[in-house]
Amino acid sequence: MKRKDRPVAGRALPGNESILRQLWRDPMGRAGMIGVGLVILMALLAPWIARFDVAKMNSKAKLAAPGAEFWFGTDHFGRDVFSRIVYGARVSLEVGIVAVGIAAGFGYLLGMIAGFFEGRTETLIMMVMDVIFAFPSILLALFIVSALGTSILNTMIAIGIVNIPVFTRTVRASVKTVKSTDYIANARSIGLKKMKILFRHVTPNVLAPFTVQATLALSGAILTEASMSFLGLGIQPPNPSWGSMLSDARKYMERAPWLVLFPALFIILTILSFNILGDSLRDVLDPKLKL
Amino acid sequence: MDHLLEIRNLKITTLRGKDKVYLLDSVDLSIRKKCSFGVVGESGCGKSITASAILGLLPYPLRVAEGSIRFDSRDGEKELLKLSRKEMRQVRGEEISMIFQEPMTSLDPIFTVEMQMFEALSFHHPGMGKGEMREIALEMLHRVNIPRPEQTLASYAHQLSGGQLQRIMIAIALINNPRLLLADEPTTALDVTIQAQILHLMNDLKEQRDTSIIMITHDLGVIAETCEEVAVFYAGQIVEQAQVVELFTHTAHPYTKGLLRAVTSLGGAQRKLYTIPGIVPPGGQWSRGCRFAERCEQCMEKCREEMPALREIAPGHFCRCFLQDREVEA
Amino acid sequence: MRDYIIRRLLTLIPILIGVSIAIFVVMQLIPGDVVSGILGIEETPELRAMWEAKLGLDKPLIQQYFSWIGRAVTGDFGESFRTGAPVFPEIMNRFAISAELAILACIIAWIIALPLGILSSLKRNSFIDRIVRVVALLGVSVPNFASATLLILFFSKAFHYYTPVKYVGLFENFGTNMEIMILPAFILGSVMAGSVMRMTRSSMLEVLRQDYIKAVRAKGSPERVTIFRHAFRNSSIPIVTLIGMQIGALMGGTVVIEQIFSIPGLGQFTLTGISQRDFPVVQGCVLFIAFLYVMVNLLVDILYTFIDPRISYS
Repeated sequence: MKRKDRPVAGRALPGNESILRQLWRDPMGRAGMIGVGLVILMALLAPWIARFDVAKMNSKAKLAAPGAEFWFGTDHFGRDVFSRIVYGARVSLEVGIVAVGIAAGFGYLLGMIAGFFEGRTETLIMMVMDVIFAFPSILLALFIVSALGTSILNTMIAIGIVNIPVFTRTVRASVKTVKSTDYIANARSIGLKKMKILFRHVTPNVLAPFTVQATLALSGAILTEASMSFLGLGIQPPNPSWGSMLSDARKYMERAPWLVLFPALFIILTILSFNILGDSLRDVLDPKLKL
Repeated sequence: MDHLLEIRNLKITTLRGKDKVYLLDSVDLSIRKKCSFGVVGESGCGKSITASAILGLLPYPLRVAEGSIRFDSRDGEKELLKLSRKEMRQVRGEEISMIFQEPMTSLDPIFTVEMQMFEALSFHHPGMGKGEMREIALEMLHRVNIPRPEQTLASYAHQLSGGQLQRIMIAIALINNPRLLLADEPTTALDVTIQAQILHLMNDLKEQRDTSIIMITHDLGVIAETCEEVAVFYAGQIVEQAQVVELFTHTAHPYTKGLLRAVTSLGGAQRKLYTIPGIVPPGGQWSRGCRFAERCEQCMEKCREEMPALREIAPGHFCRCFLQDREVEA
Repeated sequence: MRDYIIRRLLTLIPILIGVSIAIFVVMQLIPGDVVSGILGIEETPELRAMWEAKLGLDKPLIQQYFSWIGRAVTGDFGESFRTGAPVFPEIMNRFAISAELAILACIIAWIIALPLGILSSLKRNSFIDRIVRVVALLGVSVPNFASATLLILFFSKAFHYYTPVKYVGLFENFGTNMEIMILPAFILGSVMAGSVMRMTRSSMLEVLRQDYIKAVRAKGSPERVTIFRHAFRNSSIPIVTLIGMQIGALMGGTVVIEQIFSIPGLGQFTLTGISQRDFPVVQGCVLFIAFLYVMVNLLVDILYTFIDPRISYS
């Protein structure tokens, strides 16, 4: 009897409006929503906010300090840090959202299959999940990326694969709970196909834990992308990534500390916002976990 | 002190958001020595928190807002609400102990019965040796009719039945010969046949020792079997209090009457199950009039406007109802 | 119990075989090959053939795999394509370094997290609780490379202090080794501490409202006994699970931190292996990490039985 394997019963998602309102009422939830909202706005409005071309080098203004022209200063190529930060938000979110989409999609499918067929199929799927889970996520993502080649899409795929197991486990647990309940028997007696029943009942059941997990996975995915780019194996130049900006900045840290400060600040605030939002979402959607 | 325990004007509050909400409102109780006193009422009436307050174990965020609880301990009279944490610890388990509603969850699941019985002894007698503790523990298990005491000592909670566990809880509670035992719904979670056994056991033990019992229950049947005196709680107040026989023969308050009608075991024959309509209004939603008015079949206009006082309607028989005033006047 | 352990160890075999096949296939997919990496611009067809024969790359894939696994069973993980040095002893050296870092990080994390988590649960919704929750949230939210870079920047600006660049072993010079390790260990520890604190707090809160805690208090238990003997032990299972997972992840070394502080641990070794297409190194490292993870999990499961008598494997 391992506690971590215990099935997590999900709850159906209440109406959207009430969730948002409940989140807003909680000061933490409000802070998370505002933080996440700002990052999303920054990413969406990047072309209008950014003041310079992210790749444009300016040999006259290398390592310029923050000021009226370059709000966050410039890097060793004379590129505007503010613009790169703004576009970096776009890259982070894109990678995060696509990666979590991949993870949630495959996780959902695999979890359904594992929970539905049981037996050997389930053992095999869960063993693969355990193996994926066994690896430090960065190491596995790096491994996949070096096999596929470094590109934005491959970074997304790698981070996506790494995150599949959490979703698979949730869905499988939920399928098992649903299977053991009476209403499956009832639904079957009115002649619904078994698989159809499962899809219809499992989906609303996993929505709440899924949403919570997706929010937390998003912050994890953004973190993994930043770490990979930091190591030079994620987003490649000239695309701006907060991780690679921070990594590049280390060489000029002494002369230009703002090169370190701004990307670090934005990474931290973004991940913090997603984590706060995830926590508050869990409190709202899964009240029995609230302590 | 005349009494073993005297509760005066006890008020308990909780926090709801930023508001202070009363859960117990000016309760007075006096428990005589060597007496078993029943406290009866539906859940949410404030019975259990009264017991918790006596032991200083109110759960967060409940607080005693006002009042006094005086206890005649072995070393003289003590005001329980003014004791330091350390002094309170010496009272708990040594002079006042408690047994709970859910025996299945009242023992720590990861320790043996032996260890938990020894704990009750060693908290109050730090120097006591293992051998002596074992002797006392076995003797106590024997007294509460545990069939294989030796084996039981080595067991964990999940290996024992609810009835056995409640016996063990009673053994632990009485192991230091306390002056007062608080029994919070001790039989509610148990099977009917086991309930009767536990109640008999408690009666026997009370006869043997000079322990007073406060029996908290929602079941008037339990009161009838075990208690001498009884107080009926409703919505954080006492609504009726009397000797048990007096209460059953001259029931005065409509709420008590409702409770009595709801007890099937006393009716014997198959009657239609009676329930009092509605629920106990939770703390913070009490009307300024009689709190039972909403559910009362004999509710008058006055009842909604004004709170009736707890008045002595016969020697030792108190009731909080305007109907009694009318009868007295008439 | 013994049967259970044996059974668990047996399940290790298919996992390791599966992992090794997966690694083998993925390594084939990695573009670029080791021979051109070694030869560089001096590459000629003759030299290439010679090297391929030397490394065994001229044989069919299946045969390559079986010859590798045949040796691996005997504990021989082959030699590095790059350096020619045997892989297994190198993994052990690297592992010792990563393990030292991991142990230091754990000690720091527990010293911070357990007392604060317990305190926070006892003083629920108080000022202290709020502070602890914010600190824990920061711990889980600040990426280790960001805090590492910021701390390095801080030490250099404020104290003109730089951590030694060249790694010195624990037994070569204890002082220098500690100087190198303590900052990375602190950074890793603070990340771990965040989640341990959160888990400790929520698990303690859950246990503290159980009936048996009230029952223990009703017996006249001193708070110290109530909290540590009863509440903390009962809430330790999810904490142990979390810590086990963290150790499992740490055992593989922590690529980023090892990279930033130039610590030659297992993570860094794996990373270099991947970027140099050094198949025996990657294969060996990955298998070893998988093995460690399963072992840590097994240890955690065994530890459960000591914490909770209701858990038994038979």
